[in-house]
Amino acid sequence: MGQALIRAAQWTSAKGGSGGKLEFTKLNEELLNSIIQFVDGFSAKYPEETKLVFKKPLTWQTIVSPDAINLPGLEDRGGDKISEAKADKDVPLFSLKRDGSDFECSCMTMEYCEQVLRAAGDKKMIELRACLEANRDPVANMLGERFATVEGDDNSIFRFIEEITKEIEQLAKQHAENEGNTEKQEEIEEKKLILKMRLILLRLDQQLLNQSIAQITKDVRLTPVMVDGEVSILQELSGEDERKHVLELIDFWGDGYVFKNGCRAPPQRQLHGDIAYIEVRPFDGNMLYITANTSGYYVNKGPDNRGDMNYEREGDAYRELVTLLKDKSAHFAEMIDKQEFHLKVQEKDDYMDARKVEEDDEDKESTAGYRPERAKQKTEEDSKDKGQKQKTQKKKRLEPSLKWKALGMEEYQEPDTRAEQKKLKKKKASPRMKTKTPIDADDTFSESSTESEEEEEAVERRSETNADLPSEYWQIQKLVKYLKGGNQTATIIALCSMRDFNLAQETCQLAIRDVGGLEVLINLLDTEEVKCKIGSLKILKEISRNTQIRRAIADLGGLQTMVKILRDPDKDLKCLAAETIANVAKFRRARRTVRQHGGIRKLVGLLDCPIVSATNPEADKDAEVARSGALALWSCSKSKKNKEAMRKAGAIPLLAKLLKSPNENMLIPVVGTLQECASEPSYRLAIRTEGMIEDLVKNLKSQTDELQMHCASAIFKCAEEKETRDLVRQYGGLDPLVSLLQKTDNKELLEAATGAIWKCAISPENVTRFQELRAIEQLVGLLNDQPEEVLVNVVGGLGELAKDPPNRLLIRKAGGIPPLVNLLTGTNQALLVNVTRAVGQCAEEQDNMAIIDKLDGVRLLWSLLKNQNPDVQASAAWAICPCIENAKDAGEMVRSFVGGLELIVSLLKSEHREVLASVCAAIANIAKDEENLAVITDHGVVPMLARLTNTYAWKGSKFQSKVMSSHQVINKHQLSYVEILTLPHL
Amino acid sequence: MSVIKRQDLAKMTEKLLKRKECKFEKHEIEKLITMFVSITGGVNNKLDRTKFRDVLHISFNMTDDILMDRVFRAFDQDSDNYLSHEEWVIGLSTFLKGAQDDKIKYCFVVYDLNGDGWISREEMFQLLKTSILKHSSEEDQDENIKELVELILKKMDHDHDSRLSMSDFKQAVESEILLLEAFGPCLPSPKLRDAFLEELSQEQAKY
Repeated sequence: MGQALIRAAQWTSAKGGSGGKLEFTKLNEELLNSIIQFVDGFSAKYPEETKLVFKKPLTWQTIVSPDAINLPGLEDRGGDKISEAKADKDVPLFSLKRDGSDFECSCMTMEYCEQVLRAAGDKKMIELRACLEANRDPVANMLGERFATVEGDDNSIFRFIEEITKEIEQLAKQHAENEGNTEKQEEIEEKKLILKMRLILLRLDQQLLNQSIAQITKDVRLTPVMVDGEVSILQELSGEDERKHVLELIDFWGDGYVFKNGCRAPPQRQLHGDIAYIEVRPFDGNMLYITANTSGYYVNKGPDNRGDMNYEREGDAYRELVTLLKDKSAHFAEMIDKQEFHLKVQEKDDYMDARKVEEDDEDKESTAGYRPERAKQKTEEDSKDKGQKQKTQKKKRLEPSLKWKALGMEEYQEPDTRAEQKKLKKKKASPRMKTKTPIDADDTFSESSTESEEEEEAVERRSETNADLPSEYWQIQKLVKYLKGGNQTATIIALCSMRDFNLAQETCQLAIRDVGGLEVLINLLDTEEVKCKIGSLKILKEISRNTQIRRAIADLGGLQTMVKILRDPDKDLKCLAAETIANVAKFRRARRTVRQHGGIRKLVGLLDCPIVSATNPEADKDAEVARSGALALWSCSKSKKNKEAMRKAGAIPLLAKLLKSPNENMLIPVVGTLQECASEPSYRLAIRTEGMIEDLVKNLKSQTDELQMHCASAIFKCAEEKETRDLVRQYGGLDPLVSLLQKTDNKELLEAATGAIWKCAISPENVTRFQELRAIEQLVGLLNDQPEEVLVNVVGGLGELAKDPPNRLLIRKAGGIPPLVNLLTGTNQALLVNVTRAVGQCAEEQDNMAIIDKLDGVRLLWSLLKNQNPDVQASAAWAICPCIENAKDAGEMVRSFVGGLELIVSLLKSEHREVLASVCAAIANIAKDEENLAVITDHGVVPMLARLTNTYAWKGSKFQSKVMSSHQVINKHQLSYVEILTLPHL
Repeated sequence: MSVIKRQDLAKMTEKLLKRKECKFEKHEIEKLITMFVSITGGVNNKLDRTKFRDVLHISFNMTDDILMDRVFRAFDQDSDNYLSHEEWVIGLSTFLKGAQDDKIKYCFVVYDLNGDGWISREEMFQLLKTSILKHSSEEDQDENIKELVELILKKMDHDHDSRLSMSDFKQAVESEILLLEAFGPCLPSPKLRDAFLEELSQEQAKY
């Protein structure tokens, strides 16, 4: 088995070293299994050989404990097991000794080996591994060094046979001369035994090798020739042009020296199976360094600063370089598929011809013109009950519908338009890009399903209104004809003329789409003509304000092309592409597409512009590029994964830099992006640590409402953290926030400002400042006539401010309590949570409580306990506590609520901890009144509380103890029961 | 390959540098004159139409015969059907480095086929004749081009006299820069232009 172990088995590190381990591979597993089978039952098959004493013991760290082995003839010596039978001198045939925390096993015969393996039970495999790892050449140990496995011809066995036969002859001779040389005879017997053993092992070796050949042929290992071949193929497909090439660069890493064996890796690495290192720069990612190992391709950690390669493996090994790259680069996967597509196109064309013949009569009708076609369609519409099949057929004929593209049915377009388009677009988007869309639509997003419905509706509606099309429709159709059939000059004229239409008008937008203009416009983006691209993007930018157009652009693969344009050297082009992306990426699927095609990184790249105070045209352009990049990122940042991608692409420091810009046009998208991203804790931290709070505060004082709004909104989100709140105060941000409360007609601004005030008021220091700024009076003033979104924040702010006792008085004086109580009748749950909290805070004051009581506020609070939302329930229950504490004659009041006590006790069944805690607190207050206590006891409050105390050790226990203390007065029996349960939690 | 005397070269460069239409640097002018000499074979030789068209075709990838012809006319200021080295340098100055106004004037001259100061319907038709790729019948083709001409007039003819004057053209281009080459490419694409300028600024003479 020596050869098999050395050649077939896969060792993790260089051969020869003692540290080598058997890799966990299928091949090794099979080898080990075969060896186990061989050893198992060895003694039964070869009773003589099994007792053959090894030349050297097999020694290894075992997992078998001495107790597990019980054999006759074993002697227990202080936990160690040692066989009584000895080989020559003092060495026992078997020993199992404690060696530190492990056990060391040492065997001299196959018999014992078999026993140990048997004792290992289901861990046989581990045991055998350990044994083989410790004894790299077991045959040598067993039969002596002469049988050690060697490379090349192994004729040890023949020499041995010769030796034996010679000895036997000799013996026979001696025998004739001198009778009874038993010593010699025994020696020969033993040698014979060794020979037999050797033959048995040799057979096993052969068996193992055969087995592993069968395995190995299944997965061919890499050779230098294969690596060279794969790399050179990819090199041919690589180059500068993102639209043509699969990779920007692929080459071998290193000094380019090729060893005689074809490897490029340094010799010491060749020992590990490395063949070469490949550096790959994809269009949409960082440089990849790939190790070509005999076992496959995998990504390594790349060279360090000094240019030394870090060979450590990252991620999986791949059989083919292409598969690896497909996984690493979306662009590569897409382009590689496109390479295949060129071949497929021809097949499809053949197929098309066949279809054309089939549909010949239908075509005649459709070439007759647009109008009759539509009339026919209308009749079809009338007979709607003709079923689904008819419906799809109808779609097939409706020439400019986008639906086919989405369905991947573009092949069924009218043949001549197709031919025209083919001329125009040198490169067509890959089929995968398009068919991907419908697949994505199934992508478990509920949103996507409504999307497709929406689209369907749009198509239906369109065909209904076909009867009286506006004149623009026909004019646009004519222009699109020029776009399709004209050269660059005609195209530009058509594009410029198209821009003269009112592109903000839906009729024109949809007309462009319906006459197939979008496809052409998007195809133009794939050409080399900068002017055509600019003209096309100028139109796309305008019409993408329409939601249907956005979806159509995404369906047609326009985003992918625009993302590519972001790398164009022409700055105008970059701006337009980014602005269009900003419009299109307003819905989820589009945002995902942008991310998946590396758009986020490119957009972040646009942000990097030098800020120069001097105005020169070049700097203005750069600023404009950055602005459009920020605009696109603003749209994209509505998706969580995009925020993450932006952060990884290093957007934060760039945004921080742009935030210093004096230009408001720049600031709005930048702050907009920031406030969108501030929902993520990582951004909040960064906004604070990068010193952006100061700039945000500064811009709060801007003259533009929109900018102020985004700043306030960003502060609103960031002020969840204490440090941020402090910074806002230190930079003097509280004053402008309060002054924004004056802008009562701009609801969005008001919402953001009040939100920021709310969150800032969580810090007591800020509360003081707000007090000075008379924020409370202004907030109370906003309690009337504001939409709910504003009210939520206003009331939230009042709730926070009212934590400071003097403010409670101020709220009362400002007349804030009646409107607050009034809001308790609302239905907006977020608002109710805040209102109940604010009312609860106000109720801490006796005088306030009187007003609340008069307005029947407690009853309203109580009725909110019936609300479905646990947050509202909890908040209401917390608010009830101070009410009961501070109301005059609270006991009577509580009793007056019919069914109220039963209700609150029943909430103890709730599953929400916060509800339970708040209800317990309320019950503690209720129980202060003896009569009420009796009632709630009747409702079974005690066993319920007892059950809770069993379950939780939490916030509520403090309040439960209050309940318990109330109980003490009345019911000693129950107390003892409850107290025992409660005490450990207190 | 003919050689030009260092002295002559310096003198000519000096002279051209003084002209304000010339936007080239000194070394660029020298390079351009060397180039001129290598094409024509002598500094006092003149560049004829065919050779000039070769340059346009090779360096700037222009293909349209009518337009290349017109570009030559625009370069050939004294209308003697040949370009002198001065016309060559000055022409290329607008061609490669012209300001927007210069380019508008240049394009207008190119498009004004008969040189009467107006771009008429007929001239437009002539210029746009090849702009629509293939279409069924001859009549249909003409019809389409006429429609295209109407589109242009609607867009650019501000004084509604059915022809474009210099001021019409200027106004239209200023509001939409894409219309600068409204009747066909007569300026180098940015990529080729930059490549050419790059070559000029290199020290080693290629020609």
